[in-house]
Amino acid sequence: MFVARSIAADHRDLIHDVSFDFHGRRMATCSSDQSVKVWDKSENGDWHCTASWKTHSGSVWRVTWAHPEFGQVLASCSFDRTAAVWEEIVGESNDKLRGQSHWVKRTTLVDSRTSVTDVKFAPKHMGLMLATCSADGVVRIYEAPDVMNLSQWSLQHEISCKLSCSCISWNPSSSRAHSPMIAVGSDDNSPNILAKVQIYEYNENTRKYAKAEALMTVTDPVHDIAFAPNLGRSFHILAVATKDVRIFTLKPLRKELTSSGGLTKFEIHIVAQFDNHNSQVWRVSWNITGTVLASSGDDGCVRLWKANYMDNWKCTGILKGNGSPVNGSSQQGIFNTSLGSANASLQNSLNGSSASRKQS
Amino acid sequence: MEELDTEPPVTVVPGADPARTQLCFEWGGEPRGPSCVFVVRRDQDIYMETLRKLFNESHGIFVGLQRCEEERAVRARNAQLIQVSKNYRSVIRACMEDMHQAAISARDSALHSQYSIQVSILSAMELIWNLCEILFVEAAPAGPLLLRLLDWVQLHICDVDNMVREVLSSENPSKHKLFWNVVDIFVLQGRMDEARHLLSKEAIANPTSMNMYKILDDLMKKMPVPSVGNTQTLTEMELKWQHWHEECQRYLQDGTFASSSHMESICKILLGDENAILEKKELMTTWYHFLVTRLLYSHPTVKPMELRFYAQSSMDMFLGEESSPEPLDTILMAAFEFELHQVIKECSVALSNWWFVAHLTDLLDHCKLLQSHNLYFGSNMREFLLLEYASGLFSHHSLWQLGVDYFDHCPEYGRVYLELHIERIPLNTEQKALKVLRICEQRQMHEQVRSICKIMAMKALRNNRLGSALSWSIRAKDAAFATLISDRFLKDYCERGRFSDLDLIDNLGPSMLLSDRLTFLGKYREFHRLYGEKRFSEAARLLLMLMTAHIAPCSFWMTLLTDALPLLEQKEVRMLNNHADGLSTKGVQFLLVLLF
Repeated sequence: MFVARSIAADHRDLIHDVSFDFHGRRMATCSSDQSVKVWDKSENGDWHCTASWKTHSGSVWRVTWAHPEFGQVLASCSFDRTAAVWEEIVGESNDKLRGQSHWVKRTTLVDSRTSVTDVKFAPKHMGLMLATCSADGVVRIYEAPDVMNLSQWSLQHEISCKLSCSCISWNPSSSRAHSPMIAVGSDDNSPNILAKVQIYEYNENTRKYAKAEALMTVTDPVHDIAFAPNLGRSFHILAVATKDVRIFTLKPLRKELTSSGGLTKFEIHIVAQFDNHNSQVWRVSWNITGTVLASSGDDGCVRLWKANYMDNWKCTGILKGNGSPVNGSSQQGIFNTSLGSANASLQNSLNGSSASRKQS
Repeated sequence: MEELDTEPPVTVVPGADPARTQLCFEWGGEPRGPSCVFVVRRDQDIYMETLRKLFNESHGIFVGLQRCEEERAVRARNAQLIQVSKNYRSVIRACMEDMHQAAISARDSALHSQYSIQVSILSAMELIWNLCEILFVEAAPAGPLLLRLLDWVQLHICDVDNMVREVLSSENPSKHKLFWNVVDIFVLQGRMDEARHLLSKEAIANPTSMNMYKILDDLMKKMPVPSVGNTQTLTEMELKWQHWHEECQRYLQDGTFASSSHMESICKILLGDENAILEKKELMTTWYHFLVTRLLYSHPTVKPMELRFYAQSSMDMFLGEESSPEPLDTILMAAFEFELHQVIKECSVALSNWWFVAHLTDLLDHCKLLQSHNLYFGSNMREFLLLEYASGLFSHHSLWQLGVDYFDHCPEYGRVYLELHIERIPLNTEQKALKVLRICEQRQMHEQVRSICKIMAMKALRNNRLGSALSWSIRAKDAAFATLISDRFLKDYCERGRFSDLDLIDNLGPSMLLSDRLTFLGKYREFHRLYGEKRFSEAARLLLMLMTAHIAPCSFWMTLLTDALPLLEQKEVRMLNNHADGLSTKGVQFLLVLLF
């Protein structure tokens, strides 16, 4: 059984991204109205907007939370060619009573010369680090060496991907057997058969990120990409949102011990490919344990995918809009499905006006 | 784990307009009306609250089963497992009872129907579990098998209880219009004594049928049933039964019961006449009742492996052309066919929570049945289901604690699932954080301990609760953070001239050694305390130590030297310096002159 609640977001334009914080009790939305809103979940389950402010001078494409070990920190990226890092300031008691909080900009990252299409924080074991990617095909990795000083970020790496980038995903694995790894997706739609997913890995010897793999079978524009949480597996799982939903496994082969060595080679398998959306798939998102994948597409549906104990992936749920208007305050509908297992609450947020293209 | 070959049902979210989303493509176009965010979650709240007791109590049984010493003797072990199974079932029944009460007392009809649905689901679960207990856990052999199945039917086909009550409590039962129905029910369920008792009333009321009654009564009394105590072998029983069957046959053919259609029909039932039994379809209500009745009167020594044939044919005969099997029927059929895997699979699809399959599969695994059925993924399946169930518990604000134990007993992935889930638990209060921490510490989940403490420390620091932040960093063994917070304390002291959170700093104990800065903070505060208590020589010695030990931050040297000044005027301190231990009075004065 699913329960859906609608929240009148009050953004004055399209909402491009919704992001839950680590504990699932806070949510951030960003919009073409150039603002970001932060929502807090109260004890009784209602969501209240506790902050709303203008963040950029163009559409805000993505917003993301840092790990709570670093405090209450957000990053946003925009068509205005910048990415920004925000920190919540604990306000005066008046503000607290009114349920409002303030966010201040800690830094603006201005290195990109084109629209910044995605921003993601690195796994916490890497420190306070984030990556951005731009329409000009450059992935930039920044680090704040002093986690208590969020105004100081230094550009550590610039990776040229050659194709315009639309999305990035860090490999969350903190195993010492795995070097830091980032997957980059491209929405380049000029006619070519270049791989639209590239995997970059950090090389301890050269201290640089180098391309480890390109998924040659993905040649259509990629809109979203997501590594699954690692359950102590030796291999990685990557979900790709393109003209369909695809799930790949990347199994590291023995590292070659060459002089410039250290680059891992991977055995790539596609374990699932679903075209049920019958249209472009815009977002993919994993649950906490990496056992359920959610995808959303131009058919206006969100689909949930799960593997059984035999590792066969199947669709286990569909959420679909019914086209009826919403009259403002939160409604609650209860639906019956004959299945619906007691999985960990997949806090899946459906964007009521999702699936817009990041056109310039 | 539902292996659906068809599209899963669609959940409709009101207000999420796919048509509108399709229109909102153009960037920068007119906003198409109010933007909305939909938060969708699995609706577990309703059943989790109502099934809370079930989850809590079954948790106890589960943990007990994992931890209990395995009995060596097969018989004893078997008895142990049967007891566990019975415990689970009684928990289900208790929950059913609560739900039933809730349904009755529910004021609004929607709630009432919700509860009623839950009652019927629980009832189905108990029915299935009971059958599994008989066939798999107890593995009742031919003979006792039938007796168990009879009990099972009697326990679960309750539709007729009202009718029975009505007739028995009436003034003249034998005149009641439902009298013969009740007699038939008793016969169909093998409740011979009760049937005979009622028949005797009829005989009294209707003396002309006395002869017929006596014969029928005698037949019913003599009917051989498998004995409970193993006092006869199956062959002996079969022989007796054969003779008895033939005797019934003779009476029927002689037309003994010709003048009473009711009694004749009973005799036919006793002879296992399928048509006669099927005529009483309405009274049996289900095909599995029909199955057991058939077995009772045609093959009471049925062997477990023979059940499947009778089951399939019973279902076909009973349902006929009109109806097709429901999910419950499919599950029971799979059980009669001893297809364990199929039972579990069908239950996973039909039931909306993992509770049932997780616990049942775990029990069957303890019975060593999953291996014996050659399921190479047998133990994986057990673990898979337990992981699913426990993961579900973690979304609940308090039931997550039960989930911990389930993860503990999943050898392959339990630990990592626990690690991933436990660090996501919202730490609304200190108590909750401490509870979570204790669980992590018990399991040596050091990284999670560190992370949780760091998150709490950070939260405290942001809210300027330095004492809390400090104690969390100490717990996290986070030296860097402890240094940072100690600096803040010292800064505060410089600004305000006093310390906050004195209690904490005074009682740091050995944790003071976590970082130099922290040590300095603790010792410096001690210096102040000594000074305040006028223990000047001790204070001076401490101050000296602080100056020479190089743990004071540079920014603090001025303060330390300034602190030294009033001390130098104290008589004891001047005497102390006669022992020439480190910095002398003259030395300090010299330094001060230099600095100014």
